[in-house]
Order: sequence, then structure tokens, then C-alpha cells
Amino acid sequence: MPLLNGTADLILLFIVSWALQDRVESAWQWCLIGGIFASLYTALPFGSLVIAYLFGTGIARILKRRVWKAPFLAMLAATFIGTLVVHLISLIARLIMGVNIPITSVLNLILLPGLLLNLILAIPVFSIMHDMAGWLYPEELEA
Amino acid sequence: MQLIVILLVALGLIGLALGGYLTPISRILVNPIVSAQTWLAKRYQAIQSLITQPEDVTTLRQKNAQLEAENSSLQVQIIELQQQVTEAQLLSTLVDYERRHVENQYIAAAVIARDISPFMHYVIIDRGSDDGLRKGMPVITQQGLVGSIAAVTAGAARVQLINDPGSSINVILQQSEIEAVLNGQITGEIELDMISQNAIVQPGDLVMTSGLGGKYPASIVIGQVVTIRSETYALFQTASVQPAVDFSQLEIVLIITNFQPVDITPLVPAPNAP
Repeated sequence: MPLLNGTADLILLFIVSWALQDRVESAWQWCLIGGIFASLYTALPFGSLVIAYLFGTGIARILKRRVWKAPFLAMLAATFIGTLVVHLISLIARLIMGVNIPITSVLNLILLPGLLLNLILAIPVFSIMHDMAGWLYPEELEA
Repeated sequence: MQLIVILLVALGLIGLALGGYLTPISRILVNPIVSAQTWLAKRYQAIQSLITQPEDVTTLRQKNAQLEAENSSLQVQIIELQQQVTEAQLLSTLVDYERRHVENQYIAAAVIARDISPFMHYVIIDRGSDDGLRKGMPVITQQGLVGSIAAVTAGAARVQLINDPGSSINVILQQSEIEAVLNGQITGEIELDMISQNAIVQPGDLVMTSGLGGKYPASIVIGQVVTIRSETYALFQTASVQPAVDFSQLEIVLIITNFQPVDITPLVPAPNAP
């Protein structure tokens, strides 16, 4: 469901929220899988989304270490920065392809609406992934 | 003697009863009995229904579940049939289009995916090089031009829509025969550019492919001019165009397979050429 021309990037949200979970060690692998699958569905140069999602995962991992006591805040920050990175890399890829795109239109019609949608969906996605992480990697009880 | 008395009394009572003289007395006597019987009958029915109800509820629930399942399957059938009717109507219009344009050969393909990036306006179709599709082939619907094939795999192809910012098409306005260039926008709109300042363009003018550049065949409908922007300091006029095709509703498209696009890139002079 687009807002103006911006769309929510659910793959980014799932990757970032997975990277923010405790005891999850497979964040980079899922990032690569998600990036490769996303690259198959887009006409952007192959690998540009992989690079963007790797950046997003890296940011999430750094934030996880820095603000580990406030995971929701980390999720929102990672979503914000990750969305900016994905859009920036997509824009650069398009400019390299020789397509002239007005930056103001990108900012008003794609970036800001996309950012808003991603931030709205960030918390529910984080909750889903938190439950999933708890289910897959249960906390070990101390004897 | 007693028997005779009893008989006479009995006959007397019967006579009185038949004559209606005992009605008030019988009412007084019968009413409590009727009330008691009614009370007993109600309790009996209640107890009986209490005992037999679980069976009825189970049966009713089973029947309800069966009916719900039947209802669901019928609704699914209705939806499938509606989809089939829509598809049949769409195919029928495409067949009509094919019959009206016999000069071209077509392959029909279904749109199976859209580009996930908001920066790109592409769709993926379910036909590829195995079906004879090649890069550059024009893609249309019965309404008009959709785009051209940008990349092909064995079983699928990626189509660049005419509203993609990287799309640029030579067009002609049907009424005035003015040539221009149609560019896609990041917003998904399409815009006419390179219209001479002297040219008179009217809203409603039909925009069609001109065939120049060798990328598309001539005379394929693209849309109608909506608004014209003419500024005194600008070299050219520009105009926004309402596309004939609704790109958000693309389901089935036709690919013109007998059109060979011409690559004129080597003929375009390089900026630093002598």
C-alpha cells in the first residue's frame, strides 16, 4: 500500500529487527538471503539492495550493542537510518544508470512517505520478531 | 334398593350435566386439575428437552459446520468464476485487438510481479526467451502502450513501463502532427517534452508513438494531453499526459514479437567527437 510514491520496506524491517534480537547469530545470513531475493524482484543493479541491507544490518548490530536496554528505540533508530541508506543507495544506483531524478521529488514523494510507513510498521514487526526469537532461541534457565 | 337410588342419582347428575346445570361446579373442580396438569406437562417437557437437547445441539452444530463449509466452498467457487469471467473478458478484448491489428504477431503474458523499489517502474511477466521474447520488444494492452522488454530469462521477462523515469519515447500528437518526446517521471506520471514553442497543443490531443528511433512501432496509442505548460524563457513547451493504460491494474499484456527494435546508439555522436 503506497503512500504517495513511498512504500514500506518490509524486508528491511524484518532484517533489522532480526539483527536486534538477543541470542540471534544468523542476522548476516538472513540479510544476504533477503537482499538476494529482493534483488531478483527489482531492476536496480544486482547487489545494490544487498549492500543496502548489509548496511542496515550493520547499523542494527551497532545499535544493539550501544542501546541494548531500549530495544524499541534501537529499532526505530535502525529503521530510520536503514531506510535512508536503502533509498540513498537506490537513488545513486539510478543516477549511475543515467536516469535524471529530481532530488526534491525523491525526498517529498518517496523518502519521507517511505520513512513514515517504515517507522509505523517498525514496532509491530519488532514484536513479531522478538516473539519468534524467543520461540527459536529460548532463554536458558540458570540452575 | 341402593342400586336403584345410585342409578337414579347418576341419571339425575347426567341429566343435570347435559342440561348445563353442573358447569359452574365442574369449572370449580376442573380448573385446579387443569392448572396442575399444565404445570406438570411444562415441567415434563422441560426435563425431556433437557435430556434430549445435547443430541440436538450436536446435530445442529454438525449441520451448521457442514453448511458453513459448503458456503465457504461456494464462495470460493464464486470468486474463482468471477476471476475467470474477468480474465475471459480481458482475453476477449485482447483477441479483438489482435484481430484488428493483423499486421503484428503477439504473445500474451500475465503480469506476475511488480518492482519492489519505488524508484523503478517495472513489471515481471511470465513469458521469456523460451517463448521467443527478446530484449526491446514492445509490450501493449488493448488500451495502448505499456513499455518494452528490458531483460529476459528463459521463463520470465522484465518490462520497463513507459512511466519509468528511464523511459523516453518519440511520440506524435495525432491531431496536430506535432512531434515530441515522452518521458516517464519518478511519480509514475508521463510528460511530453521538446514541444516547439510555436506548436499549438490542445488538451485532449491524442499521443501516439511516432516510430522514430526504431524503439517502438508507429501509431500505438499512449494517452491524451491533459495540461500544457509554456514558459516564455523556456526553449520548449511541456505537457502532462494521461496514459491510456492503468499501470496499477495490469494483468495480461501482449508482446509484439515480429517487431525488431533498432539500436541507434552507435549513430548518436559522442559529446567529445570531432
